[in-house]
Amino acid sequence: MSAPLFEFLLRLGDDRLILGHRNAEWCGHGPILEEDIAITNIALDLTGAAQLLLDLAGRVEGQGRDADALAYWRDETQFRNLQMVELPRGDFAFTMVRQLFFSAWTHFLFEWLKQAAHEELAGIAAKAQKENRYHLRHAGEWVVRLGDGTEESHRRAQEAVDALWPWTDEMFATDAVDQAAQAELGLPVRPDLKAEWRAVVADVLERARLTIPETPMRMTGGRKGRHTESLGRLLAEMQIVPRSHPGATW
Amino acid sequence: MVAIRSAEAERVFEILHEVKDPEVPVIDVVELGIVRSAEVEGNRVTVLVTPTYSGCPATKVIERDIAETLERHGFETVTVKTVFTPPWTTDWITADAREKLRSYGIAPPGPVGPGGLELVPLGGPTRTVACPFCGSKDTRRESEFGSTACKAIHVCHACHQPFEHFKPI
Repeated sequence: MSAPLFEFLLRLGDDRLILGHRNAEWCGHGPILEEDIAITNIALDLTGAAQLLLDLAGRVEGQGRDADALAYWRDETQFRNLQMVELPRGDFAFTMVRQLFFSAWTHFLFEWLKQAAHEELAGIAAKAQKENRYHLRHAGEWVVRLGDGTEESHRRAQEAVDALWPWTDEMFATDAVDQAAQAELGLPVRPDLKAEWRAVVADVLERARLTIPETPMRMTGGRKGRHTESLGRLLAEMQIVPRSHPGATW
Repeated sequence: MVAIRSAEAERVFEILHEVKDPEVPVIDVVELGIVRSAEVEGNRVTVLVTPTYSGCPATKVIERDIAETLERHGFETVTVKTVFTPPWTTDWITADAREKLRSYGIAPPGPVGPGGLELVPLGGPTRTVACPFCGSKDTRRESEFGSTACKAIHVCHACHQPFEHFKPI
């Protein structure tokens, strides 16, 4: 078992598991039927990628834990997701701005992970990146439509950008765990994801007539298991069925 | 992608035409391009499949159907393994299957091609999709997400019929 590689895969898997769950909360609550379907499709892709990544993490760990065991039987402090993805889903503008920020980052992150010598991870990243292009386009189109829409939609979109912006820096933080895992996976030098991300996001926000706030970035800690008060509640809902009925199968 | 296969593998592929996509039952798993290879040793067979989408709920059903079908044809040990590289693309859907999709009412995917998916190409349709019912190209995209992960929703302006599009990926 490689501890850094296990951690690295948990980070990737947990980001997608938690955001997938947040997006799935829109099921039956979408503003229009097509959006209900779209958000839950994005949730499905994210959860699917999470399953593949957590399953791989479980095999790297070598303790017999599969994706289900990791998703349903870990507690809050054992989750390694970004704090941004655990924030409550908010209104539709908040959900779409968050998806834009997340998908633009995923695009460049997976473009890099695709180059791993580790064949399975490279394959998972290549597949998920193709799906992510649809998510990115969808979120980008909505952010422009909302930002450049009515006074009310513009106000809400700008509020979402202002609220989410301070959480974005966590996507670009790296530490010794990342570096050890990168070497083990046979990855090339990590590109400047923040610069690439910012170029895409700034372009969309400009077209949406939205402005980037100057607020300072928040303290972070999701990668080390420090979370906001929102994650515990999310997990309580996500984990209740398997924990109430251990070992149950369809 | 047509690989050279042994006679035994060819027979396995022939049998697997019986396994339909549970979500699009008009085409089978070989036509869909998700069966990557088959290796036969006596009455043991190992089949490599690649998923269409990361979260496609049909994947498990397809794997089970493949195993059951091959067992029914006399194989004693069937192993179905998932591979991710190279990732599945709609370019692997056969020409015959595209025609079947069209006659079923689903517009088949166009070529993915390099640069076929710009990052955020805002403001307007990115590709022309012909209506599977009347053939008109005067259609609009309603949503890039539909009833399953692989389909988008379009509407035809000529015959006013909404229809699904198997989206290129």
